[in-house]
Amino acid sequence: MQLSRSARIALRVAAGFGFAVIYVPLLLVLVNSLNPDRSASWPPSSLTLHWWSVAWQNSGARAALWVSVKAGLGATAIALVLGTLIAFAVARYRFFGRGAISFVVVLPIALPGIVTGIALNSAFSTVLEPLGVGLGLFTVIVGHATFCIVVVFNNVVARLRRTSGSYEEAAMDLGADTFRAFVDVTFPLVRSALLAGGLLAFALSFDEIVVTTFTAGPGIETLPIWIFNNMTRPQQAPVVNVVAAVLVLLSVLPIYVAQRLSADTATASRV
Amino acid sequence: MSLLNRTAGALYRRPRLRLSLLLTAPLLWLAVLYLGSLSVLFVSAFWTTDSFTSEVVKVWSTDNFHELFTVPVYRQVILRSIGVALAVTVLCAVIAFPLAFYTARVTKPRWRPLLVVAILTPLWASYLVKVYAWRLILSQGGLADWMLKPFGLSGPGFGLPAAVLTLTYLWLPYMVLPIHTALEQLPANLLDASADLGARAGRTFRSVVLPMVLPSVAAGSIFTFSLSLGDYITVQIVGGKTQLIGNLVYSNIELNLPMAAALGTVPVVVIVVYLLAMRRTGALSSL
Amino acid sequence: MENVVRLTPTLKAVAAVATLVLAATACGSSGSSGSSSGGLNPPDLKAQSKLGKSEGEVNLIAWAGYVEDGSNDPKVNWVSDFEKQTGCQVNSKVAASSDEMVKLMKTGEYDAVSASGDASLRLIASGDAAPVNTNLVPNYKDIFPDLKLQAWNSVKGKAYGIPHGRGANLLMYNTQKVTPAPTSWAAVFDDASKYKGHVTAYDSPIYIADAALYLKATKPELKIKDPYALDQTQFDAAVALLKKQNADIGEYWSDYLKEISAFKSGDSVVGTTWQVIANLTADEGTKIKAFVPKEGSTGWSDTWMISAKAKHPNCAYQWLNWIVSPKVNAQVAEYFGEAPANAKACEETSDKNFCTTYHAADTAYWKNIAFWNTPIEQCLDGRTDVKCVPYAKWVQAWTEIKG
Repeated sequence: MQLSRSARIALRVAAGFGFAVIYVPLLLVLVNSLNPDRSASWPPSSLTLHWWSVAWQNSGARAALWVSVKAGLGATAIALVLGTLIAFAVARYRFFGRGAISFVVVLPIALPGIVTGIALNSAFSTVLEPLGVGLGLFTVIVGHATFCIVVVFNNVVARLRRTSGSYEEAAMDLGADTFRAFVDVTFPLVRSALLAGGLLAFALSFDEIVVTTFTAGPGIETLPIWIFNNMTRPQQAPVVNVVAAVLVLLSVLPIYVAQRLSADTATASRV
Repeated sequence: MSLLNRTAGALYRRPRLRLSLLLTAPLLWLAVLYLGSLSVLFVSAFWTTDSFTSEVVKVWSTDNFHELFTVPVYRQVILRSIGVALAVTVLCAVIAFPLAFYTARVTKPRWRPLLVVAILTPLWASYLVKVYAWRLILSQGGLADWMLKPFGLSGPGFGLPAAVLTLTYLWLPYMVLPIHTALEQLPANLLDASADLGARAGRTFRSVVLPMVLPSVAAGSIFTFSLSLGDYITVQIVGGKTQLIGNLVYSNIELNLPMAAALGTVPVVVIVVYLLAMRRTGALSSL
Repeated sequence: MENVVRLTPTLKAVAAVATLVLAATACGSSGSSGSSSGGLNPPDLKAQSKLGKSEGEVNLIAWAGYVEDGSNDPKVNWVSDFEKQTGCQVNSKVAASSDEMVKLMKTGEYDAVSASGDASLRLIASGDAAPVNTNLVPNYKDIFPDLKLQAWNSVKGKAYGIPHGRGANLLMYNTQKVTPAPTSWAAVFDDASKYKGHVTAYDSPIYIADAALYLKATKPELKIKDPYALDQTQFDAAVALLKKQNADIGEYWSDYLKEISAFKSGDSVVGTTWQVIANLTADEGTKIKAFVPKEGSTGWSDTWMISAKAKHPNCAYQWLNWIVSPKVNAQVAEYFGEAPANAKACEETSDKNFCTTYHAADTAYWKNIAFWNTPIEQCLDGRTDVKCVPYAKWVQAWTEIKG
């Protein structure tokens, strides 16, 4: 499309402005983590790395990080399995209710988190309480897995739609049985979609707060819950800023990897 | 023949068995666990609570829904929430389009992945931290006031506009990415053909680009709409005294779960209707 | 390769039956299990008769500042010593309102709660709180007599908790931004428009009583005696006042940290508060003052209650005894800014005039403070000719006030 020079410049300015707006709040967080004054007044009087060393020694943050990682890995594992199963069913078969299933898969992420949260909370209390089991990390994982399924599902379905089924048929013509065809032909084709979906599912679970508050047991503190409990506490607020800054800086690599992996699928969106 | 071979053969010959094996676990999870708990919640909306002890009274009654429809404040809040969700969606679309157009078609191909990463990175910054950063920006004497002082204006402070602004900021990447993908995949030959037929950039945009990108805009709007409709944390932090439907649900959860469930069915119905409407535009397949 | 799988009639039937079964189970039982809320008829529960072995941990629900273990301020810690002496690990959850406390107690996962008067009766009536055997709490004998066996912590002479302390809600204002210095609640009601958008109020339906208290002084024709016993006319007047105030409110606060940060940044300059919030805000460098205005104030008398479903009752009783022991009660009272419950605590406070300043032994003073109470249909001020508005209606009205 031929754009006039002025249109190109206008677009460049608009995009620059857009990126600036996206990053200003994050830079504010970074600057606040260097602000010696606890109250995060603006503009900061000087810059210091004091809070970074305090945060490094903060055991609450480290414990919460570990809990989040565990929850994320568990939820991602379940979502990978279930999402792939549904993706294969929807992409490779035609059956009554196929459209309904694709619709239902999106619901956990589309419906308000608070509704999902209280629904799961009531369900867990009614079902688990008679068994003597309370809410805990396991209920958090179940809650997270439910809305992570769609992330994996979308990636795998997109990949399956772009790879025709003739590869598997050819493999079978050459003598491979169902399992062999899957392991040697299908799996390598969808592997990168699984990886991309898994990374995105992990990211989704890592940052989730609403459903987590309703499904976490009393002792479970994921990183978002820790942030929620501490970000207004005068003594802990700067540490929260540091944790946030670290999260952003560390996340660039996995995002880049996920982008490269899903670059060739039809949908390279966040979900 | 080994057992594995025999099983593989049996599976090959029975597609229905393969399908049911594929679907059992996910359906148990989604249908039984998720839909089941949602429907139990919906049923509990028809119960009531003893006003003094806050014990749930499991007797069928439509009191909650009657209250929902007659007391004016609930109507106000519901309409306000839908308005906020729509406003956020429109704002996101308007801001995301130029951004996505730039990253998808104007920049050189080798910069594109990096720009996409640049758009995605904020999603990893904790949602709470981003909202709190906006609280600091919008607070008295914060960044917004500081930047607008030379113009003699002051920031919006906490309230409904602040909530809309923050929500737009939070969900912007969800709108940029699908539009970026769609624009990137736009076949160049269609644009050339349009130019050959005499259309200038504006006409090509209106008649060729926009219709083809619409499903992605619809896909992005699903996120911006549903995430804004149910949000209560952002409203609590930057919304001042504003109440949205999520806040009403949250404040009722403690002592009146049936009322919270009744209130919760409203955004669920709205979102399901929105999803069904968007489905017709093909948005669900370009999520 | 797309496999087409058609549902045989049998499969369709199975699917239909499954849906019906799911719907049937979802509907559940429709038996009634309501309890009448006419009078206060607590279920017949028995208090524990003797103290057993420590269970090793205890789960508490507390107001902010009641259970300090050093994580907020390393010098403020009365939990570690308790844990060392009794071996009971303390897990505490800070609740922002009485409603939240009632809800948390219903889960049955907590052992003890520091309930104010507007929660304690609800907990007693619903059977979530068990009677307390005061013989198992040796420090109970030193509690001020006008706190023992009161209307909000006992039923028919049976004690349901151990008094913790009492205090008043205060009016806090930023001395640099609010001039002249206010002397009356009018600063947040009739004169609130002067600070439009920067007024704050406590986010709970019980705040309606504060409006009623103001109307008691400014509109005597309404004949309000007890701000928790409001008939429909009085209630409507209070609600109307609050709806007018809503236009000037910047934000309501329930999380005490939010109020501290709001006053610090200047987003709020005047509003209700607790002494502990005023102390912390002043520590942050904001120039504020907090006081009881001339119309008097609402307040709270908190009681530590034990859950009927407590999993660690022995540790809970030990906590109750610890928190009202003279030294610890003095520490809590000084940190939070309230009058201690234990008379001997007055000798242990670091500020020798603390008890006088906080009117710990001044029974007459407390007659002017309207302690949080639960509004019920039978008017709490004794009127029998009208019905008073019950708490459930307060909750609904509060949603309408916020708009």
